[in-house]
Amino acid sequence: MSFGQSIIFNEIQGVSHQMKILVPIKRVIDANIKVRVKSDQSGVELNNVKMAMNPFCEIAVEAALRLREAGEAEEVIVVCAGPANGKETLRTALAMGADRAIHIESEDSPEPLAVAKLLKAVVEREKPGLVILGKQAIDGDNNQTGQMLSALLNWSLGTFISRLSVEDGAFHVTREVDGGLENLKLSGPAVVTVDLRLNEPRYASLPNIMKAKKKPMEELTAAALDVDITPRLTVLKVEAPASRSAGVRVHDAAELVDKLKNEAKVI
Amino acid sequence: MDFALTEHQRSIDESVRRVCAQFEDAYWLDHDRSGDFPIEFRQAMTEGGWLGIAMPERYGGAGLGITEAAVLMHAVTNSGGAMSAASTMHINIFGPHPIVVYGDEVQRERWLPPLIAGKEIACFAVTEPDAGLDTGSLTTQARLEGDHYVVRGRKIWTSTAQVADRVMLLARTSPREAQGSSVDGLTLFYTRLDRDRISVREIDKMGRKAVDSNELFIDDLIVPMEDRIGEEGKGFRYLLDGLNPERILIAAEAVGIGRNAVDRAARYARDRVVFGRPIGQNQAIQHPLARSWAELEAGWLLALKAAWAYDAGQPSGAAANAAKYFASEVAFTACERAVMTHGGMGYAKEFQVERLLREVLIPRIAPVSQEMVLCYLAERVLDLPRSY
Repeated sequence: MSFGQSIIFNEIQGVSHQMKILVPIKRVIDANIKVRVKSDQSGVELNNVKMAMNPFCEIAVEAALRLREAGEAEEVIVVCAGPANGKETLRTALAMGADRAIHIESEDSPEPLAVAKLLKAVVEREKPGLVILGKQAIDGDNNQTGQMLSALLNWSLGTFISRLSVEDGAFHVTREVDGGLENLKLSGPAVVTVDLRLNEPRYASLPNIMKAKKKPMEELTAAALDVDITPRLTVLKVEAPASRSAGVRVHDAAELVDKLKNEAKVI
Repeated sequence: MDFALTEHQRSIDESVRRVCAQFEDAYWLDHDRSGDFPIEFRQAMTEGGWLGIAMPERYGGAGLGITEAAVLMHAVTNSGGAMSAASTMHINIFGPHPIVVYGDEVQRERWLPPLIAGKEIACFAVTEPDAGLDTGSLTTQARLEGDHYVVRGRKIWTSTAQVADRVMLLARTSPREAQGSSVDGLTLFYTRLDRDRISVREIDKMGRKAVDSNELFIDDLIVPMEDRIGEEGKGFRYLLDGLNPERILIAAEAVGIGRNAVDRAARYARDRVVFGRPIGQNQAIQHPLARSWAELEAGWLLALKAAWAYDAGQPSGAAANAAKYFASEVAFTACERAVMTHGGMGYAKEFQVERLLREVLIPRIAPVSQEMVLCYLAERVLDLPRSY
């Protein structure tokens, strides 16, 4: 009995990574909410609007949790930069199962480059073996932070991944690219950004929501990390997209082809 | 004064909605047709740990208040599952309360963990065919014979008895005449639902077909002494503690259904085009729905206020009764308006609102009639003489 146990123990020791995984997450308008532009056109109305974790970030958290549960990592740290209510989103990630959280408070949501710089500072403090991000946030759709972070760190990068595994100390990822699927082997440490089909994120159970209240949440500032997050961009005006005009009904295929050719001029 | 839900409560709402979202309209419609118990739904809620929301942490619960439980049940019915969803777990939320407060430590250890973990399903046998609200007239007898009781009698409107493992049972242990008060002489038991001694007959009913309601014929049921909760003769008093939480939860459940109906009606009114414009552009369609929205908002605040009072240890009877009365009325009206907004399609099962209308009648009827709620308010709040 004890002999068998010791063999299993040795095997686990052999393959286990004492690795930390860092998962940066963003708080965004809930995906099901109809977004409205502020009346002064300075931005999108965020007051009294339901907010949630960016769906791609949820997938990133799930991916990290699965690696930890598979024994490939020992700790999952979630980090969020932005206004104070980001702590609520971090708490959601803790309720999903992340071990601890870091909140970097700022008045507004920082731009992608500023976030990447903040994350670089956090990476230098925490020394994770892997950073998993959503491929983009559904609010700005910038699709920049992960790439910028990898460049700043000079780490391996795998974007838009739909499969992730750890084999022989390397990260094996499948990328969803225009031409199909691309399989890459990344030497660690690495940055990956996740696509929709990587996994289906779990729901927080009530016991885990309760546990999350007691998990540590560190509070940092950009100043403490010595990062300048002053915006580099100026938003001039935000407008809602033009509303679609009503469609027309065509009687037959010939009429459709005629309209596509002569009115829409698409064929 | 802060009307916002706390971060924690929002997190509960959000998580419950996600679990419920897996169970779509087709699931509830199928179960409404077949009458099959929504096992998968109950399983998902059990796995999420939701059954124990208001039960003590040491037995596997979350130790939260009725406010959080109201947020939970509102999210459950609001998902479209309506009372079919709520009734698979409603009784778990507050029903075991007498065990928590009046049971001994051995009983709590024996009964609460399996109940919270969903390993055992409990049902409640209190009401009788010839004694509804007039609890003093209950006739089911528990006779002490050595180290056990022998129970004989009939119960009605016992939900989930088709699938339950245990029953919380109220029975008379001394004759009514011998008592100073009509609520004394009744004893509470929590015991195995022995199907050799209890025959369970399902009642065919208007809605919520998936969650069975039953008549129980109890014939010489043997109840061991260790299945008695607290003292003999005090059983009904133990149940009184649960009345306000139940009214608060039923109010929250009603609001959830009403809001679901209004959302469906508004969506239909935006999409349905007649005479070249959406019907929702007509004030005759808009105003009833807007009124229902406002009424449901008020019903929700009333339920939360009652929950807050209960959790704060303040008297909550008036608020809980007012919430049950008002929320179930406005939710019923909302569902009726939703059906009428849909016109002929509202009568078709495909559009779900007729199911909501059938199920939303339950909060008006149970756990107590609207008239008795008004009697309570008249007597206890307005200091008017008792009418019955």
